[in-house]
Amino acid sequence: MAQPFVKKDDDLDEEEEYSPFYGIEKGAVLQEARVFHDPQLDARRCSQVITKLLYLLNQGETFTKVEATEVFFAVTKLFQSKDTVLRRMVYLMIKDLSPSADEVIIVTSSLMKDMNSKTDMYRANAIRVLCRITDSTLLTQIERYLKQAIVDKNPVVASAALVSGVHLLQTNSEIVKRWSNEVQEAVQSRAALVQFHALALLHQIRQNDRLAVSKLVTSLTKGSVRSPLAQCLLIRYTSQVIRESSTNTQAGERPFFDYLESCLRHKSEMVVFEAARAITELSGVTSRELTPAITVLQLFLSSSKPVLRFAAIRTLNKVASTHPLAVTNCNIDMESLISDQNRSIATLAITTLLKTGNESSVDRLMKQITNFMSDIADEFKIVVVEAIRSLCLKFPLKYRSMMNFLSNILREEGGFDYKKAIVDSIVILIRDIPDAKEIGLFHLCEFIEDCEFTYLSTQILHFLGNEGPKTSDPSKYIRYIYNRVILENATVRASAVSTLAKFGAMVDSLKPRIFVLLRRCLFDSDDEVRDRATLYLNTLGTDASVGGTDEDVKDFLFGPLDVPLVNLETSLRNYEASDIPFDINLVPKEVKSQPLAEKKAPGKKAIGLGAPPSGPTTVVDAYEKLLSSISEFSSFGKLFKSCSPMELTEPETEYAVNVVKHIFDGHVVFQYNCTNTIPEQLLEKVTVFVDASEAEEFSEVLTKPLRSLPYDSPGQTFVAFEKPEGVPAIGKFSNLLKFVVKEVDPATGEADEEGVEDEYQLEDLEIVAADYMLKVGVSNFKNAWENMDPDNERIDEYGLGVKESLAETVSAVIDIVGMQPCEGTEVVPNNSRSHTCLLSGIFIGNVKVLVRVSFGIDGSKQVAMKLAVRSEDPEISEKIHEIVAEG
Amino acid sequence: MAAPDSCPSIKNILLLDSEGKRVAVKYYSDDWPSLSAKLAFEKSVFTKTQKTNARTEAEIVMFDGYIVVYKFIQDLHFFVTGGDDENELILATVLQGFFDAVGLLLRNNVDKRTALENLDLILLCLDEIIDGGIILETEASVIAGKVATHGLDGAASLSEQTISQALATAREHLARSLLK
Repeated sequence: MAQPFVKKDDDLDEEEEYSPFYGIEKGAVLQEARVFHDPQLDARRCSQVITKLLYLLNQGETFTKVEATEVFFAVTKLFQSKDTVLRRMVYLMIKDLSPSADEVIIVTSSLMKDMNSKTDMYRANAIRVLCRITDSTLLTQIERYLKQAIVDKNPVVASAALVSGVHLLQTNSEIVKRWSNEVQEAVQSRAALVQFHALALLHQIRQNDRLAVSKLVTSLTKGSVRSPLAQCLLIRYTSQVIRESSTNTQAGERPFFDYLESCLRHKSEMVVFEAARAITELSGVTSRELTPAITVLQLFLSSSKPVLRFAAIRTLNKVASTHPLAVTNCNIDMESLISDQNRSIATLAITTLLKTGNESSVDRLMKQITNFMSDIADEFKIVVVEAIRSLCLKFPLKYRSMMNFLSNILREEGGFDYKKAIVDSIVILIRDIPDAKEIGLFHLCEFIEDCEFTYLSTQILHFLGNEGPKTSDPSKYIRYIYNRVILENATVRASAVSTLAKFGAMVDSLKPRIFVLLRRCLFDSDDEVRDRATLYLNTLGTDASVGGTDEDVKDFLFGPLDVPLVNLETSLRNYEASDIPFDINLVPKEVKSQPLAEKKAPGKKAIGLGAPPSGPTTVVDAYEKLLSSISEFSSFGKLFKSCSPMELTEPETEYAVNVVKHIFDGHVVFQYNCTNTIPEQLLEKVTVFVDASEAEEFSEVLTKPLRSLPYDSPGQTFVAFEKPEGVPAIGKFSNLLKFVVKEVDPATGEADEEGVEDEYQLEDLEIVAADYMLKVGVSNFKNAWENMDPDNERIDEYGLGVKESLAETVSAVIDIVGMQPCEGTEVVPNNSRSHTCLLSGIFIGNVKVLVRVSFGIDGSKQVAMKLAVRSEDPEISEKIHEIVAEG
Repeated sequence: MAAPDSCPSIKNILLLDSEGKRVAVKYYSDDWPSLSAKLAFEKSVFTKTQKTNARTEAEIVMFDGYIVVYKFIQDLHFFVTGGDDENELILATVLQGFFDAVGLLLRNNVDKRTALENLDLILLCLDEIIDGGIILETEASVIAGKVATHGLDGAASLSEQTISQALATAREHLARSLLK
């Protein structure tokens, strides 16, 4: 096979010129398309021109609107021709041009004629084209034909109609749902693919009806499904039914498991694999259930087909994360895959082995991996590094060989992401395995001696500054750090200066020497470096102490920045130079909920080099601005917290109202955001009448009505309450929207003079304890926890009774206390029986609170919880327990 | 949660030449909204697979959350892409169907030149395998049968086209060499 290939390479130039499309040009082809208008159509020629047009489109050429319309109209002329080849090309062309609605009308009748043609090929294709370009009005016209087509005896026609149905369901679900009788009939078809398409459509029609899906699965699993593809679908639907019913019949046999198991013996590999995968993904799968699936996958591992090996090892890799023991039987097969030609397979094999490996096999594995690392791409290396990290955390005694491995690969060639993954891993190992600290720090020092990535250098220097002074011999790091000041760019130099200062602050014996080094930095060419050196010399200097006590200096150097960076940035932007110095205490501390994208990678974020959590806070700023613009509220002091909006009306009602609770030290302000959704109405004098009879500690102080609320332009009305200073008072409030309604003439937009008073009942709202808690993360929970006075700790245990799952319980508790989960601990790994969640927040009165809460779940789903609270004030620690006990 | 319960779906089918240039491609998903995104995807698929030997058995690679199965013959590279929770063997079946159908349609003369000369057949073939991401047919003989029901005289027209094209390019070639 290689020979003709080589020959091709030789006369490559020649070959390219022989391409039938050599030198093709859009303009010329569009000219050629005039042949479509000839009274005597030359079908062959026309097909060739269409092929050329399609070629251009396929190469990424685009037609302007005018060109497309012109081509489209020309192409519609070709329906006159009886030539079958040409007709097929016309269909393709229409689909590729995706004509607009008014153009579609032109071809509709031709296509409808083809739909009823005697030629099955025409019928099938016309259905697909028409359904692709149709809209709902047209669809009702052709619905009758489509229903017939679904049960057509020609499988190609039936499939065309069914597949079109699947597409149409997205846009015209009402119409397609009316076809379910025909689709049901098609499920029984003898033609394999018709059955597949019918099953897919039927399931999509009924997917929201659990009972119907369950019935469908029950009847089909008894065995009338022929096509392997349909069988795969059925397996997917079956696992869906199992998933949804598992809560009801926890004990005893799992329904439909027999069916899944029988599919493992199907003659098609596609079905066997689908079933094996479905079994491994069952929630709470037992090892007895896993065994047959693993056996099948193990056989696939030694298949000659790479796709099969890949599919099997990928599934085993996932299983190994939760059930490593179940996979150990395959270890020998997987070890032989390390040398697989396909590097994806090899990487998956390695990482699976790392998950299933035991302490004694670690050294041997590391040896194999070392050989393997040199010939795979960076992206695979990162996967391996991450797997090694978790292995090392599992077997901390083996840190030596793994640390060595990491430092070796750190010295080799590699891109930024790869190097970052290694550095992150070393940092985590240093944090979690105390014995590994010195050797790890040493490797990092070696690395920054020759590191091309500024980001990594600065991060390592920062880390070194925190950890280095605590080691037995801090002085040995100074050389590495000072080398940076001499050799690196300004950014790295500046962070090296900070690191030096940290050593100086922590290690008294080194202080004089650090001073000498810092003084040299005063002559640096860069502003930032000089500024930092000056600052540190002054804060650390015993004579001129700007920083005050020793404690303050350390707090300044090591303390976390307790405001989110984004908030600080916006505050600084808003700050206008004046006589009043910028006060960092005025920066809002609320961390807004993380955007969704970050949630996707739980745990990844916080475990890195201690990046402080940050998030968009523009909403909070906007509230603060809004409230400070209202003079009545100015006496309330600094805004402590604004809660996220809570809907007080059902969606799609006449008036949409949501409320934002603003918490001040001695006041609460309810901000009602109202929207009028009726074009014929203008609302005036809008207020909310609040009944606070179930909130004894609150008393209403003022109401700020909304003068007018025209259609579709939201407005706000406010109600403020007084409450005892600094006390987390709770209560329930019922709300009634009151207003004067005026009719509006939709034509002129003018409102009537006369209005009618009216009111509208809103839902109740509550002030709960969590409203007094600010979500504020800490960058290093362990440090923060240890720095809190243990005397203020309050521990208690709670039995929570039977719960659905741990994950649900954890998120419920987080909601009750309203605190910020740290280090990704809000995510509960699947199937885990216990979990510890770290929470941090600031309670009203600016009291820092940290919570460490451990959950455990037993076989009967009984959940127990141990809650340890540390805060700056023991009373607040008590208070948190009260909140949890009530919630 | 919808993904694992849903119908198997194909994100794209690519037929590239030995330099990674398009012969015929078809996208069924909005994951690559622009031409440049599509070309970038094709480039990275091509470079990631270029050095592998996918001539006897279909090969597989996973990157950026996609699974790509592929097979090469002569100077043609066939690719089928699916999402990362797709059953790999279903993708491989689609690939094999496409690959074999092209072989049947081109009468085992599968290389870039023949493919371009019969581009209409290739495009019809793609159209008969996948409709909007849903698998229509995977059996090569059925696919080829559907394309070729009327393909016989179509093929004749193409060979004629080939001759005239060859003449045209030859003329052009001559003209250019004279101008040099």
